Amino acid sequence: MKKFSIGNLFSRKKRGRTISFLMVIVAYIIMQTMMSTGSLSSLFSGLLVPLCCYIVAAIGLNLNVGVSGELNLGQAGFMSVGAFTAVSVSGYLAAGIPNPVIRLIISIIAGVIAAAIFGILIGVPVLKLEGDYLAIVTLAFGQIIKSIVTNMYLGFDENGFQFSFVDNNTKLAPGGKMLLNGPMGATGTERISTFTMGAILIIISLFIVYNLMFSRCGRAIMAARDNRIAAESVGIGISRTKMLAFVISASLAGAAGALYGLNYSTLVPAKFDFNTSILILVYVVLGGLGNMTGTIIATVILVLLPELLRSMQDYRMLIYAVVLIVIMLLTNNETVITKLKLLQKSLGGGAKNV
Amino acid sequence: MDFLSYLINGLGLGSVYAIIALGYTMVYGIAKMLNFAHGDVIMIGAYVAFFALNNFGLPLPAAVILSIVVCTALGVTVERLAYKPLRQASSLSVLITAIGVSYFLQNAAQLLWSSSTKVFPTIIPNGGISLGALSISYLTLITITTCVLVMICLTLFINRTKTGRAMRACSEDKGASTLMGINVNRIISITFAIGSGLAAIAAVLLCATYPSVFPTLGAMPGIKAFTAAVFGGIGSIPGAFLGGLLLGVIEIFAKAYISTQLSDAIVFAVLIIVLLIKPTGLLGKRVREKV
Repeated sequence: MKKFSIGNLFSRKKRGRTISFLMVIVAYIIMQTMMSTGSLSSLFSGLLVPLCCYIVAAIGLNLNVGVSGELNLGQAGFMSVGAFTAVSVSGYLAAGIPNPVIRLIISIIAGVIAAAIFGILIGVPVLKLEGDYLAIVTLAFGQIIKSIVTNMYLGFDENGFQFSFVDNNTKLAPGGKMLLNGPMGATGTERISTFTMGAILIIISLFIVYNLMFSRCGRAIMAARDNRIAAESVGIGISRTKMLAFVISASLAGAAGALYGLNYSTLVPAKFDFNTSILILVYVVLGGLGNMTGTIIATVILVLLPELLRSMQDYRMLIYAVVLIVIMLLTNNETVITKLKLLQKSLGGGAKNV
Repeated sequence: MDFLSYLINGLGLGSVYAIIALGYTMVYGIAKMLNFAHGDVIMIGAYVAFFALNNFGLPLPAAVILSIVVCTALGVTVERLAYKPLRQASSLSVLITAIGVSYFLQNAAQLLWSSSTKVFPTIIPNGGISLGALSISYLTLITITTCVLVMICLTLFINRTKTGRAMRACSEDKGASTLMGINVNRIISITFAIGSGLAAIAAVLLCATYPSVFPTLGAMPGIKAFTAAVFGGIGSIPGAFLGGLLLGVIEIFAKAYISTQLSDAIVFAVLIIVLLIKPTGLLGKRVREKV
């Protein structure tokens, strides 16, 4: 076992990892101090939890798109599974476990498990396909999940759970509680998500993803991405490694969704549609494929950008779109790339080798 | 008889999907990109047709032509400004740019024409012809006819003209096409022009079927038509035609016999099953990966 040393933390290979952990911790401390001194506007403190959710989902998606190299257009579907599972579990346990922190943890774990199960179910057929066909099937699964959640009715009373599909046939005894209400989604959820839990989830997901990337299995995943045939010929089980990345990605999306769902008193299934999947994909691509630090920074900027542009009112989404196009054009421009590389060299590499 | 009338309605809806899917599949075949902004070109086409008919009082053919001209110009401009600089970039960057263009068009439409829904005027008279107990509305008839005409013209264009041959060459091998003296950039522009022109036709047919115009109008038909293109084998023109028609029929049957709320889920489930059995779609070519 290697001896721990500060120098090792900043070695060329691990520098990116250390920087992203430090960044999250410092940002968390600054935000907490600002919140306790009251210098943070209510608008921004309201954004903190959704921001953490998007970061966790984006880190998960980056594992799938960047590290494993499979375009996934259905990440919001897994968030939806996680969110509605967590909201239902939390609603059901509300009377039994009054402590919100314990309930939050249990609900998130339930959301993660549900999303992981969906990840396995969807991963088996999806990973048989390649390239754009794989992407369209994840898109299709995202749409199917949305459609199914939109038609689910779940409630419970003293006789236990009642479930119905498409039409609301649940007949609850007085005192019963509806957990899911079809297109209306979950209403009356107790808001138990906290920024601290969000920061912890980011740290956990970074920990999982980085450990995977620097392990034998992670190297196998990246080898399969870079050259499928060569990887197969040295004995890497492609479907097994891809499956692992896909399921972990789905689980992280589930955790993100769970935290998101428990942050709002009402949550509609339409929230997790194709646009949400695309939004998270944009964070990943702008942050850099396989680069977790970049993903976090891109997510923070792109979540805050529309809020910062609030003074522009109607034009803000238009500006957002233009910014997106311009960034893509600039980052693919030869002269700009050369300049950026020079800059990166002077800063010392970062996570480029990942 | 119910079955037959559902089938014909399905073919009508499928024809619209097929025309949109042709735009996706042609752009994919030649530029190898998923043009997510295609649905929003449809939306612009719908607004242009709406204003031409409602505010300027133009006759229907003039409105359709105006809509085609505007969409074609829009398609070519977007290609020139946003996609052309990214020819060598990774497909993901192009995808995100297309999404940016899509956001841009939707929000521009919302700013220019507000987000409130506008009611598209009735352009095709109600009623229809009846064959025994079966009646077919004029709208369905016109939609299917248009789709077949578009398909015939496009097939002739691709197979018989010099430009069409150049397009096929580009979709096979861009490098070799350049060496043969084909201006690849021009061919890509022409492909975008044709795809966007078809989007305008689809827009008018779509609005004749569902007479409401709003900024996110193109999103769902766009995704469905994209599905149709993949269904038939993306990059294949007959595939897009077949995929579009099948998708329309499946959607109408799912609505009629199973459940209206779940029709979307059923459509996508069928797509997944088809792709699992034939991983490159119904008429797609299987490209062997070389070592």
